[in-house]
Amino acid sequence: MENLNSYLVVSAILFAIGTIGVLTRKNAIVVFMCIELMLNAVNLTFVAFSRHLGNLDGQVFVFFIMTVAAAEAAVGLALIIAFFNNKESIDVEDVNLMKW
Amino acid sequence: METLFFLIITLVAIISAILVVTCKNPINSALSLIMTFFCLATYYVMLDAPFMAAVQVMVYAGAIMVLMVFTIMLLNIRVDSSKKHSHKLVLGSIIGFFTLVNTLFILFKSKAAMPNGPYSGEVIKKLGHTELVGKEIFTNFLLPFEITSILLLVAIVGAVILAKKKI
Repeated sequence: MENLNSYLVVSAILFAIGTIGVLTRKNAIVVFMCIELMLNAVNLTFVAFSRHLGNLDGQVFVFFIMTVAAAEAAVGLALIIAFFNNKESIDVEDVNLMKW
Repeated sequence: METLFFLIITLVAIISAILVVTCKNPINSALSLIMTFFCLATYYVMLDAPFMAAVQVMVYAGAIMVLMVFTIMLLNIRVDSSKKHSHKLVLGSIIGFFTLVNTLFILFKSKAAMPNGPYSGEVIKKLGHTELVGKEIFTNFLLPFEITSILLLVAIVGAVILAKKKI
C-alpha cells in the first residue's frame, strides 16, 4: 500500500494521543510510555516518507531514534526508581522540590 | 483487500493507543502499548521495511517494554487512585487536539519536495531491505553509528550510578 497520506494521518493521531497522555496523566511511568508512543508516531512518519521518496536515510534515522529511546528508557526508569526510593511515590506532582 | 487490512490495523492501533492513556492500571497501559508497537511493526511490513519491523518488535516490544513492566512490578504501584484535576485534563486535551489539527493542516497544505531517491519498491525487493539499510549505516552513517555506541555506554553508566542505594 503506497498511499503516503493515510500513514501520516495515523501518525498524527498517535502523536496527538501521546501528547494528551503526557499532559494529563500523573503516573510517571505512564507519562514515560506516552513519550514512547510519540517517538513511535514520529518513526512511522520517517518510514513512510522514506518509502515514498525512495530514500533509505529515514530508516537509518529510525534506527538511531530506537537507540536513543532505549538509552532514555534505561536512564529514565533508573531515575523513577531513585525518586520512588526517596518519596515512596511516582506521581509527577510530587516532583516539586524546585517549584517556585 | 490491503486497504481493509490497513483500516483494521489502524483501528487496533488507535484503540490501543487510547487505552494506553486511559487505563488506570499501569500494567494494562504497558500491554496496550505493546499492542500499538505490534501494529506499527505491521505498518513497517506494509511499507516494505521488514528489517525495521523486526527491530521494532525486538527492541521496543521486547527490550524496552520488558524493562517498563519490570519497573512497574518492582515498584508494586497500586492502581492510580488519586483523582485527576479536571482543568488539567481539559487543558491537556485541548492542547492535544490543537497538536492534531496543526499537524494535519501542515500535512495537507505542504508537499514533500525532494527528488526521488534510488530505492524504489522493486529495488528494495530485489536487493533485500536489510542489506540496503546495512550498507547505508556502515557507509554514509558510520560516524553517527559509532557515536551511538558512546551514547549507550553513557546510558549504562548512568543507569548503574542512579540505581545505587545512595545517590
